[in-house]
Amino acid sequence: MILGKVIGNVVSTVKAKGYESKKILIVQPVDAGGNAKGKSFLAIDAVQAGVGDTVIIIEEGNSARDVIKEKESYTIKTVIAGIVDEVNLQ
Amino acid sequence: MKIGRVIGRVVSTQKVESLEGVKLLLVQPLDENLQNVGDAIVAADTIQSNVGQLIYYETSKEASRVIETRMNPCDAAIMGIIDDMFVEEKK
Repeated sequence: MILGKVIGNVVSTVKAKGYESKKILIVQPVDAGGNAKGKSFLAIDAVQAGVGDTVIIIEEGNSARDVIKEKESYTIKTVIAGIVDEVNLQ
Repeated sequence: MKIGRVIGRVVSTQKVESLEGVKLLLVQPLDENLQNVGDAIVAADTIQSNVGQLIYYETSKEASRVIETRMNPCDAAIMGIIDDMFVEEKK
């Protein structure tokens, strides 16, 4: 899992099987201090996250499907699995 | 998933059996500001997207699952067409 910040959303009507009625957000990976690091990508939202939220992102198919829990979701790989309230650094 | 733009069609006659009948498109990966990122890739298309359209695609094993043949050699597939997108302005 990685930390990321939601920076936008995507509207899409024509989708592949398994993606119907799923919210798609644009996420920017961040480091421990919350600074942008690396390239942005898209993720399916499973926790009602919104723009500005720091989130936990899973980029692995089997775990992602475990989160979505739908029969047709076998084409989904990237999901937002949690909203981060705070990060405590020692 | 990543954002991309379809920049061309790929025509291939001699190909592995499980890719027969699958439409292949050339996709240029983009960032959230629609600037080119890296080199173009070939992706399978099952949702009838076309040249010039903004799409999102997925890579790795999940991509091959949009094709109905089990165990096919495909590592990128178009998952949807982007109608509109909103990106928060950087502060």
